[in-house]
Amino acid sequence: MEFLSYLISGISLGSVYAIIALGYTMVYGIAKMLNFAHGDVIMIGGYVSFCAMFYLGLPPVVATLLAVLACTALGIIIERLAYKPLRSAPSLAVLITAIGVSYFLQNSALLIWKAAAKVYPPVIDGSAQLFDGQLKIPYISILTVFACLIIMAALSLFVSKTKMGKAMRACSEDKGAAQLMGINVDATISITFAIGSALAAIAGVLMCSAYPSLMPTTGSMPGIKAFTAAVFGGIGSIPGAFLGGLLLGIIESMAKAYISTNLANSIVFAVLIVVLLVKPAGLLGKYVPEKV
Amino acid sequence: MSTVLKVDDINVYYGSIHAIKGISFEVNEGEIVTLIGANGAGKSTTLNTVSGLLRSRTGSVTFLDQDLGKVPAHKVVTKGLALVPEGRRIFQQMTVQENLDMGAFIRKGGNIEEDMEMVFDYFPRLKERRWQIAGTLSGGEQQMLAMGRALMSQPKLLMLDEPSMGLAPILVEQIFEIIQNLHKAGKTILLVEQNAQAALSVADRGYVLETGKIVTSGTGAELLASPAIKKAYLGG
Repeated sequence: MEFLSYLISGISLGSVYAIIALGYTMVYGIAKMLNFAHGDVIMIGGYVSFCAMFYLGLPPVVATLLAVLACTALGIIIERLAYKPLRSAPSLAVLITAIGVSYFLQNSALLIWKAAAKVYPPVIDGSAQLFDGQLKIPYISILTVFACLIIMAALSLFVSKTKMGKAMRACSEDKGAAQLMGINVDATISITFAIGSALAAIAGVLMCSAYPSLMPTTGSMPGIKAFTAAVFGGIGSIPGAFLGGLLLGIIESMAKAYISTNLANSIVFAVLIVVLLVKPAGLLGKYVPEKV
Repeated sequence: MSTVLKVDDINVYYGSIHAIKGISFEVNEGEIVTLIGANGAGKSTTLNTVSGLLRSRTGSVTFLDQDLGKVPAHKVVTKGLALVPEGRRIFQQMTVQENLDMGAFIRKGGNIEEDMEMVFDYFPRLKERRWQIAGTLSGGEQQMLAMGRALMSQPKLLMLDEPSMGLAPILVEQIFEIIQNLHKAGKTILLVEQNAQAALSVADRGYVLETGKIVTSGTGAELLASPAIKKAYLGG
């Protein structure tokens, strides 16, 4: 019974990682850059929804929507101001800029919301009781897992079936050729950032509901772990991000339960190293045969 | 015969390297025009400039009486200009069908299905491999796919950048046969080739490029017969 409850909390945590990792992996797939500020967009999403609920007294659904809107706008603005001018710059310059954006967001949040942790009001309370109350599953866990599954399915459909989704895949493979097809590459990248940031906002709300302490640095660790999850599953691959996030969450939860709370993070990253040593492209990463 | 494409005195730079030095040429409706020359002569640079991927510092590129100088690269195809880029650059991880769909990206509705059948008529191999991932095709099939993809945008001018590159002689022959079929169907084609012999034998007119300049021009037959061309490009 204990094991089951750890497993469920792991799946729920993993679902949050998966949602964040989906954003990471999409942006990487299309813009070929690691957006290290992605984790901090989660934090902004958390604060926006917190303010909407706590100060304005709005219902959780509206607060989540507001957070999604704010983060989408933020994502587009970050891309326009910080990354777009560097489109043809070396990737190291973009990487450093992303780290800069990350610190900028954290410190802006510090200025606005101060350093003290806010206690986040969960969007959904209570838990389901199973086996005569021996197994409690918080509703937020169930919500998180379902949100993750829906997002994953919707994204997969979007990318494989819609015109915009196909344009994204074309851009991710070859931007020059995509332009020759009449695809507006800049607009496609903007939309990718918008989607990734919207997902970050949802992840922010879900994560803060499960772990209700909100600080300016709240997003950085989940951000890095989600990045790990994305690499773990095969960066650029949507099912890979999902699988990687889920596995990472479960490993972390099990490590905390049965090995050591303090060592949990080390174990998570050790697993990443081992996986990359064995499968450098990640679990679902593809090697594409290239004809010259 | 009306002029489809008119390139007038373009100068293109890669940083401080002056790659194209005042090139001018034109393509008339229904013609196959070829640009030939050695590696680094500026053939691909010229095509990339026409299609908006690169910009000229001077002069103009006029397509069907429209100045392309300010048209962003992703809008050029909507004007009726399609480029089959050097090295094919098909979308390797998409299926053949999806690649052709991408070719029709700018079209809204209409007879896309019909045009796809037309492409399959030119390239029956593509129909067999319709649901296959494009990266698994052979080099020749990939070239066919790149050409089919370009045709899907219903171009008024088809630009081919080294379609014979890296292909076995028998495939080169096939590709040129298809180019001639397209010509017979009334398509206007601008062909860039290192394989001067093959290019000139199908072309109505040709221009010879050397280090960013046009050094000779004439009809395909004239250039084929010219001793200077023979010496430089056709191996004596």
